[in-house]
Amino acid sequence: MTKAGSPPTDTIKPPLWVNAEITYKCPLHCVFCYNPLNYASTFEKELTTDEWLKALREARELGAVQLGISGGEPLMRDDAEVIVAEASKMGYYVNLLTSGIGLTEKRIAAFKAGGLDQIQLSFQDSTKEMNDFLSSTRTFDLKLKVARLIKQYDYPMVLNVVLHRLNIDHIEQILEMAEEMQADHVELANSQYYAWALKNREHLMPSREQLEHAEAVCNQFRARLGNKMKLYFVVPDYYQDRPKACMNGWGTVFLNIAPDGLALPCHEARMLPGLEFPNLRDHDVRSIWYESEAFNAYRGDSWMKEPCRSCDEKDKDFGGCRCQAFMLTGDARNADPVCSKSPHHSVVTDQVALAQQPRIPDDEVRPLIIFRDDGNSRRLS
Amino acid sequence: MSLAVEKPLRLARQYKLQWEKAQDAWVLLYPEGLIKLTGSAGEILQRIDGQRTATDIISSLQSAFPDADLQQDVTDFLEHAHDKGWITTD
Repeated sequence: MTKAGSPPTDTIKPPLWVNAEITYKCPLHCVFCYNPLNYASTFEKELTTDEWLKALREARELGAVQLGISGGEPLMRDDAEVIVAEASKMGYYVNLLTSGIGLTEKRIAAFKAGGLDQIQLSFQDSTKEMNDFLSSTRTFDLKLKVARLIKQYDYPMVLNVVLHRLNIDHIEQILEMAEEMQADHVELANSQYYAWALKNREHLMPSREQLEHAEAVCNQFRARLGNKMKLYFVVPDYYQDRPKACMNGWGTVFLNIAPDGLALPCHEARMLPGLEFPNLRDHDVRSIWYESEAFNAYRGDSWMKEPCRSCDEKDKDFGGCRCQAFMLTGDARNADPVCSKSPHHSVVTDQVALAQQPRIPDDEVRPLIIFRDDGNSRRLS
Repeated sequence: MSLAVEKPLRLARQYKLQWEKAQDAWVLLYPEGLIKLTGSAGEILQRIDGQRTATDIISSLQSAFPDADLQQDVTDFLEHAHDKGWITTD
């Protein structure tokens, strides 16, 4: 599988972090979901328990040590407990990323006994109405119950709230809720515009004024609560003039395994044309990581074009995100257009300019939004 | 924040210390991250067990490495680890 000109195996560092997307099934229909639009096509092809354990064992042998169990909603699989317990025995630090739906006391007790290290609970908003609307389901009370269970089982409370134009003005109520739930860590990350969130981008991107207000409120909570509740606030990268160091570089740290066994260097890479991503069913993790054409495609910097190739910051941000470069410029080898040095930067700034327009009332926005659900997934495939 | 030398030390709740063969090092694991430890940091953190105090740890290291004067370096490291939230006396 090795392509001529790809870096020699001995300069490639082993993966450290595996993200196991064990299913794309999900009871929620979040409008900012980053799962692929055609996620429903994986339903009939999901890896079995044994196939998951084999892949995790192989990655662990290479040196991977952080493991996220995510989805979709990972609790939709009834072998999540087995996967967690076996992975923990292998020596992984195991983190469950869940909406909380399906996390009964029986299941959390089994996770605890199996050695689960961390639970990250997502919330869509602080209000029942908005949470239920944004996730297109009635789940808010259930999530509060789960938050109490997480504390009861002596897990740190890690809350993840995706921010965007429709909920960011509720930041104060969101943080009050987090405080009431005794959250230890709160991640307030603006949605990134991939997959479903890209479809809904103009309805999700906050204005500069909204961002400034949200950040100011965050700072007030930080000043008052200090280390008791750690807050991470992440603005949309469209508002930056340098791109994020996506995945800390392609194929350097991160291995994403999709429900159907596809091995990917990031959550979104499936969309990139011209790359054949290897499947865990056909190849072992070692050959995938070190030898596959896909994992070597954007390693190092020989693939770069200008302005990245001669840029003195290329070792810092690796030219940004390959998927974003592809989505917004049509070529994954281009600089991520978030960069002000990119000749395509205006596709980002135009979008930001659009986001400064006055907000249209929520009830007019709602019918325009595309929810992540199985029907839409099949239609958009 | 200065560290109480007479109180037992333990790793903070979210942290796990383990030997990683692939990295040939002790690493400290925490949610979504890891710290690869130097040899001396690994020696120190291995001795944190919920029972031993900073004073105990220093004397244990002194007897393991009798030729070195470790007191200040170990104290500095433990204070650093405490400030970072890796270890606690609670």
